[in-house]
Amino acid sequence: MSTVAAAAHTAHAHHDDRSFIRKYIFSTDHKIIGIQFLFLSLFFLLVGGILAMQIRWQLGFPGKPMPGGTLLPETMAPGGVILPEYYIQLVTMHGTFMVFFAIMLLLVGVYANFLIPLKIGAHDMAFPRINMASFWSAVASGIVMLASMYVPDGAARAGWTMYVPLSAREDLSGAALGQQLWSVSIILFGLSSVLGSLNYITTVINNRAPGMTWFRMPLSIWALFITAILGLLAVPVLAGAAIMLLFEQVLGTHFFDPASGGQALLWQHLFWFFGHPEVYILILPAMGMVSDMIANGSRKPIFGYHSMVFAICGIAFLGWIVWGHHMFVSGMNPTLGSSFMVSTLLIAVPSAIKVFNWMGTMWRGNLRFHVPMLNAIGFVAMFTIGGLSGIFMAATPVDMFIHDTYFIVAHIHYVLFGGSLFAIFGAIAYWFPKMFGRMMSERWGKVHFWLTMVFYNCTFFPMHIIGMAGHMRRLYDPTIYDFLKPVQPMNEFISWSAFALFASQAIFFVNFWWSMFKGEKAPLNPWEDNGLEWTLPSPAPHGNWETPPTVYRGPYEFSAPGVSEDYLPQTKKLPTDREPALTPAGGH
Amino acid sequence: MNWWLPPQASTFAPSIDLGFLVILIITGITFVLVEVGLIVFVIRYRQRPGQKAHYTHGSTPAEVIWTAIPAVTMVILGIVSNGLWVKIKGRNSVPANAYTIGVHAKQFEWWITYPGPDGKLGRTSTSLIQKTTNPTGLDPDDPASKDDIVVRNQLHVPAGRPVVVYLSSEDVIHSFYVPQFRVRQDVVPGLEIKAWFEATVPGQYELGCSMLCGMGHYKMRAQVFVHTQADFDAWVAQRASQAKGEGTS
Repeated sequence: MSTVAAAAHTAHAHHDDRSFIRKYIFSTDHKIIGIQFLFLSLFFLLVGGILAMQIRWQLGFPGKPMPGGTLLPETMAPGGVILPEYYIQLVTMHGTFMVFFAIMLLLVGVYANFLIPLKIGAHDMAFPRINMASFWSAVASGIVMLASMYVPDGAARAGWTMYVPLSAREDLSGAALGQQLWSVSIILFGLSSVLGSLNYITTVINNRAPGMTWFRMPLSIWALFITAILGLLAVPVLAGAAIMLLFEQVLGTHFFDPASGGQALLWQHLFWFFGHPEVYILILPAMGMVSDMIANGSRKPIFGYHSMVFAICGIAFLGWIVWGHHMFVSGMNPTLGSSFMVSTLLIAVPSAIKVFNWMGTMWRGNLRFHVPMLNAIGFVAMFTIGGLSGIFMAATPVDMFIHDTYFIVAHIHYVLFGGSLFAIFGAIAYWFPKMFGRMMSERWGKVHFWLTMVFYNCTFFPMHIIGMAGHMRRLYDPTIYDFLKPVQPMNEFISWSAFALFASQAIFFVNFWWSMFKGEKAPLNPWEDNGLEWTLPSPAPHGNWETPPTVYRGPYEFSAPGVSEDYLPQTKKLPTDREPALTPAGGH
Repeated sequence: MNWWLPPQASTFAPSIDLGFLVILIITGITFVLVEVGLIVFVIRYRQRPGQKAHYTHGSTPAEVIWTAIPAVTMVILGIVSNGLWVKIKGRNSVPANAYTIGVHAKQFEWWITYPGPDGKLGRTSTSLIQKTTNPTGLDPDDPASKDDIVVRNQLHVPAGRPVVVYLSSEDVIHSFYVPQFRVRQDVVPGLEIKAWFEATVPGQYELGCSMLCGMGHYKMRAQVFVHTQADFDAWVAQRASQAKGEGTS
């Protein structure tokens, strides 16, 4: 192990002749690109959060001037009071930023880039320059999306799902340029995503270190690999649909216009054919990283490794045949509803397998409650709620009542915030030492975890209840409806909780930036883990390894009998281990 | 406030609520098992000096059990739900004696057409739509359209008789939603979609749009009046004569 580290050190010194711009701006190093994606996506997470706070102000206190609202122009909030046309831009852009630019980039942009080469023992990605292109097209896409909020008639306003005809016709939506920029941004985003996915797939297939067989890969890498396949196949559908939408907006085509023979439902089919695999793109990497963190925190091998892999594949496969469950009441043939209901209910099975296996991993373990472990347990607890609430929607008759209500809003936030975002908070703390060479504060990480956990549940759990009361989504002022007037105190409570939840994130941001410069220096292997990345110095040097490491076993050999420590690195050769064949070529 | 589903006011509301309750019980049991399990494990297996984790890679019987139980539960749930789905939304689900009402949605109002004494809705055509004089595009050449009653943002229905609404949209996608009836159906331009329900409890309710349809989405709301059959007939007769009076003057 120490020889590897020493070798890596020479590699570090050897490669350090790059200019500042090559090293940190237009870098082809997968780790720097991962860190660049991290800064980019955390920025958009903040933007999405600020938009959410404005939504919550309007819902909790409809018609009252928003604190600081006078800073907004007259076309958005005259006198600080949010206008209906600004409100629907808020919900649209909150969804767009959070789904595409925050969660998707955080999981796939950051961790596929950072972890894949480090965890499979490669020097870098298979195509480092394509990787750089992927990052910069994501930046371009993000700039276009941000810019769309500053054009005179405002940002896109047809919901993040952009249903036509509302999104296609400016006479109906009231926005022309904003809507077009949304389409342009999504096309660029599609380019970025396809470039990234290609790279991840190729790297995992070709650049594994000797001995890193498929079933010795960590579950995080399995999940990121399967996610990349989903991304490669699904995102072009969205980009294609966005091109059609842009043609509709700019060139006056009639793909979706029923008056000229188009089909309004065509957009929904295209969008959700992308959109449902997308949902799994947004959760599978989180599940993979949580598996790594739970095995480490429990000091136990992951329970049912093979069934975990097959569950990932099962979710990815079923994810392609469930898109119609977003369209049960859309007016499509009701018989289709029946078949989509069955496939949707079945997807609960691999999800259940995963939850039970995480619990199996913790059973009779020796649990260490470090910040990554806390967040991983939080993920399991919250994802369970999000997964279970999905069953209500899968059952078509029940969906007829709760579709497009706050029940759905609660569900998606339990999966994407309670699920993905807790996993991300854990992953940031877990791999922070390998990124920046310093540890994040454990104490403040715990404070952040508990505050987030409490306020998160206070914010999103009551949404189930107001959804059951029939509260529709995307209503500028719910008190217009008599049957929603009694719900208003609950809306106010949700808003206060949301503000507290947002404020709690300040702890995370301060901890993140403070630790980067002032945190405790990180040792080689602070979590006593088995993964290949922990044999490298912190931060990991450019080029990672001088010679690719040799892998003797899977990544979850914790507390193995006959070993004095409670972990057993993948690279440590025991007398009984055979040298692997050199078939999985190390990338050169 | 009400912490449960809204009051039931249609024939299929009780069965949908029962479906909701059954799923709540299934998911509730799973929820308690998982969360209590997590809490117990967190307390019981927390790190202690000298404790070593139990070294195991899993258990095939356990995997089989926790794959099979959810799979069987989900398949049964699917079969049972599908029976109800076909009854409510199936292609031939609309009862033969259903009273026909036309619902025309546009940004941001509901135009409701009643067939009048002849019991038949007149033909409509989008090309005939005039914003003020003919908001639903009723064809004056169709004799069935002569006695049709067109009302803005008011849905009147009789209790105890199935009602089928013919949904059409003039511009964007809207969604027809009456929470107490548990009925929801998107209204899609270019498609004519039928939805039916049978109201049970006379009273006043609200019809809301539940699909983002533009700036005024939040105020796209109509009053729903459920009358007894006698009251409903009286209302139709009164509106019909009123319309006739307007026509001759």
